[in-house]
Amino acid sequence: MSRIEQCFTSAREAGRKLLIPYITGGDPAPAETAALMHTLVDAGADLIEVGMPFSDPMADGPVIQAACERALAHGTTVRDVLAAVRRFRERDAHTPVVLMGYLNPIEQLGYETFAAEARDAGVDGVLCVDLPPEESHDLVDVLGKAGLAPIWLIAPTTRRERITAICDVARGYVYYVSLKGVTGADTLDVDDVAEHVDTIRGLTALPVGVGFGIRDAATAARVAAVSDAVVVGSAIVRLVGEHADDPAAGRKAVADLVRGMREAMDVRSQATA
Amino acid sequence: MSDTNKAGERAADYAGFPDSTGHFGRFGGRFVPELLMAPLEELTEAYLRYREDPSFQEELHRDLRDYVGRPSPLYLAERWSDRIGGARIWFKREDLNHTGAHKINNTMGQALLAARMGKRRIVAETGAGQHGVASATVAARLGLECVVYMGAEDVRRQSVNVYRMRLLGARVVPVESGSRTLKDALNEAFRDWAANVDDTFYIIGTVAGPHPYPLMVRDFQSVIGRETREQMLERVGRLPDALVACVGGGSNAIGLFHPFLGDSDVRIVGVEAGGEGVDTGRHAAPLSAGRPGVLHGNRTYLMETEDGQILGTHSVSAGLDYPGVGPEHSWLRDTGRAEYVSATDGQAIDAFHEVTRTEGIMPALETAHALAYARELAAGMERDRHIVVNLSGRGDKDINTVAALQGMEL
Repeated sequence: MSRIEQCFTSAREAGRKLLIPYITGGDPAPAETAALMHTLVDAGADLIEVGMPFSDPMADGPVIQAACERALAHGTTVRDVLAAVRRFRERDAHTPVVLMGYLNPIEQLGYETFAAEARDAGVDGVLCVDLPPEESHDLVDVLGKAGLAPIWLIAPTTRRERITAICDVARGYVYYVSLKGVTGADTLDVDDVAEHVDTIRGLTALPVGVGFGIRDAATAARVAAVSDAVVVGSAIVRLVGEHADDPAAGRKAVADLVRGMREAMDVRSQATA
Repeated sequence: MSDTNKAGERAADYAGFPDSTGHFGRFGGRFVPELLMAPLEELTEAYLRYREDPSFQEELHRDLRDYVGRPSPLYLAERWSDRIGGARIWFKREDLNHTGAHKINNTMGQALLAARMGKRRIVAETGAGQHGVASATVAARLGLECVVYMGAEDVRRQSVNVYRMRLLGARVVPVESGSRTLKDALNEAFRDWAANVDDTFYIIGTVAGPHPYPLMVRDFQSVIGRETREQMLERVGRLPDALVACVGGGSNAIGLFHPFLGDSDVRIVGVEAGGEGVDTGRHAAPLSAGRPGVLHGNRTYLMETEDGQILGTHSVSAGLDYPGVGPEHSWLRDTGRAEYVSATDGQAIDAFHEVTRTEGIMPALETAHALAYARELAAGMERDRHIVVNLSGRGDKDINTVAALQGMEL
């Protein structure tokens, strides 16, 4: 069983939902990424998504775009992000790590090289934001051979047939984008999310994570109640950015936010158990 | 079988691209976040339907004639040709269109499509402001709400066009992210579209982006080449020996080139912005000095670092200042059907002055790149040969830039 499957299985057995924070690799500097990942785990993260910075992050809002710019100002490359994951793995062998990013930097490195180096670094899955299943055959093939799970987004605009097609190629979990727009956009409507998650669950056995618009502990708890995992990105990345000059203070602020979400999610799941 | 039939078969081959999934060989495609897949499918379905709909085509034809002012003339630049002393150079006068450039051929088509699809709000990106003005214009014409994204740096440099768009009723949103230029404006327009897919239509200004944009924009701009073909046959009795057009994203070029792709005797040359020289790194010439990659929804030649980050570009002409290029051009480059060369800032400025003085036609600085290469090409050809240059836009918008280069402030 893969690390991702293991993670979802043991959470399900324990009656808890996954908390999945996102950080941009190399933000505020490449040397800070591994330490920040440990902070996230200590504060209650179950799985970590690490962004590979891109100069033109079309699907992201201003917060994550600014994080990409901070990371790129330090010249952060895909290989730098992989190096951070490798350092993280020296002390953490069980928390799954999913890389998230755009196709072009992966393509320039080369699919085979990327997949081999990502596997060796201890990566578990890859989410390529601007790669729809229709264009993904080659990369999915290469990821599969390397034992890496391709993770896919499902949007509010995705129709049933497409959901099925996406879930056919997806491994690990699928990630429901809880609102129209980009990362860091408005707050979301939990009832609407619940309805979409139910639709997806009717079409696949894969766990369903929900992200976009989850900023505080209360929303995290409410979304956790209707899904298998809560993904939090911009709210964390904003704190990293605000403390870019003092990474230790940034880690503390992030830890407080993540711990608050973890507690709210666990209280809620105990209450409903 | 006669040669004519063979040529006919070749023409059919080019018309068959992109394939149904939007690919030109390995280029093109649809590389977008999942949220945009449904609206792109909706757009493709609508466009393919209206493409065959006589009432839509008739409405478009009427507006191109009565509102845009088509057909645009084909003008023999006699004095300039004589001065060069080689091939005859003809100008396809897209500068005489309403709003002064070829851009409106596309915005007219897309805005009519938006109206037919029931979308009441359009968004557009713009660099120098020409596509923004052309979008704001057709939005006013059709009573649609219009939001134009423009890099903050460009807003500062192109204040006249910003004001023009505002006069037309558009909202101009300065984009502060990234390099604060055209590519960042595209990112922002995509983000707006993602957040407002229900009522919004995104009018891309060039022949790039995810399928069906490269197909749709090429179709709308191909009126340039179709008219040129007819006009040459009527005036000269045969097809031209060469076509020359500037290439930023490549919409005016593909519009001129496409109807001639099957005519193997017609040489086709696209001219990129060489900036300070393609060997200096300060240019905007992905086909001359870039590598294939994925940006803004399609696979195409890009200016990028070894790590796949998109590079900033440089050109004296804001309209060519883009790190990518339409996927069909990438394909034509690799198949060898078209050649791509570059002209530097200096060569373009020289051509600007020369054509202004000898023909009384002030070309856009984008267009001046095509003129610079046409001059070189014509000089090496016999006088009974014919070159058509797409005179894609008028240069009034650029006089501040030109004056500044001469050390003057207007």
